Amino acid sequence: MSDKLIDLESAIALIPDGATILVGGFMGVGAPHRLIRGLVEAGRKDLTVITNDTARPGIGVGRLIDAQAVRRLIVSHIGTNPETQRQMIAGQIEVVLTPQGTLVEQIRAAGHGLGGILTRTGLGTAVEQGKTRIEIDGVSWLLEKPLRADFALIAAEQADSLGNLRYSLTARGFNPIMAMAASTVIAEAEEIVEVGAIIPDMIVTPGILVDYLLETRS
Amino acid sequence: MTGVDADKERIARRVAKEITPNSLVNLGIGLPTLVANYLPGGLGVLFHTENGLIGVGPRPAPGVENRNLVDAGGGFVTAVTGAAAFDAAFSFGLIRGGHLDLTVLGGLQVDSQGRLANWMVPGKLVPGMGGAMDLVSGAKRVIVAMAHSAAGKPKIVAECSFPLTSIRRVSLVITDLAVIEPTSEGLVLRERAPGVSVERIVEETEAGLIIPDPVPEMSFA
Repeated sequence: MSDKLIDLESAIALIPDGATILVGGFMGVGAPHRLIRGLVEAGRKDLTVITNDTARPGIGVGRLIDAQAVRRLIVSHIGTNPETQRQMIAGQIEVVLTPQGTLVEQIRAAGHGLGGILTRTGLGTAVEQGKTRIEIDGVSWLLEKPLRADFALIAAEQADSLGNLRYSLTARGFNPIMAMAASTVIAEAEEIVEVGAIIPDMIVTPGILVDYLLETRS
Repeated sequence: MTGVDADKERIARRVAKEITPNSLVNLGIGLPTLVANYLPGGLGVLFHTENGLIGVGPRPAPGVENRNLVDAGGGFVTAVTGAAAFDAAFSFGLIRGGHLDLTVLGGLQVDSQGRLANWMVPGKLVPGMGGAMDLVSGAKRVIVAMAHSAAGKPKIVAECSFPLTSIRRVSLVITDLAVIEPTSEGLVLRERAPGVSVERIVEETEAGLIIPDPVPEMSFA
């Protein structure tokens, strides 16, 4: 077996209080549920979390919000989680709202070695505040900088023991993009199979990107 | 569908008429979702959801939901035969890159320049923009589907007081009272709902309207 396999306790022990973490999932779908529960159970705090949304209380990243484990949140949507809004208004949590397409491109830029991305999204809106506008051939663009993290916590439908990952339907989301953009990548999979059981054409995230691997259901 | 009121149904049916054959369409959360119910069959339309699918189908029957298959509101959906799944970067590339023919979104306000505000009510509601800013900035056509007024206050205003979703002018605004087309000259009143007078629309609209003569009644898909 591969030396990437790790138990939950050891995986969580890698992540200190105050760490910056990318967390996959959209409304809890495709989220690394077991790793999230592990962070909550270990009482991690002061985390900076980069993720699409905070789902609902008790679901996905919502569990980290419930546990008041997050100090700073970079996210596109918090509307389905009243607890996130409550903590934001109470000043317990700093929320940076970012358009979803910009957020994923910032993460992609970090993982793909780009100095930033240029987008029309957000021009002339509150999102532009404090950012640089660049004109190219008469067209204005907003410069958005790369977003990198200490850890990426991602989820897949299937992994082989080398960490090659395959995803399912809308559970793919941010997961493969985040796998490129962190110093340490911890993946959980519904099922871990033998190397070779997932054919190369089906692998979306090559195992070389995954540092540690665990099963969601164990 | 049960519990859909007549105003919402009228808006959804009128929006449905704007959908062209073989197009790729993104329907926003809430009222826009209803539009799919009023499309005639055989149009070859595919629905996109920004969390990563082309080919969104109807809601599944209870008990056969797939935990990995949801729409942008997080509700379970099905995938039609021929559907395709992809990651979030690709999904927003489709939106910004000019591959999405139409998006239909709800609105809090639209102003006289045709600019939409739909992601935040300062001091009250801060849901965040999700994919809305990309959709409004990137889709080939943008239709706002919303109630004409909220609690007696006009939603079509001289200038948005809520934060803008995009500075881009939307293509069309469809409400329970009217169809309004924002143009470089201003907001043009294109159609009025059955039985609704031009005078009533003017009264319930804060922004100035350009009013052709006559203004025909809405027709539906």
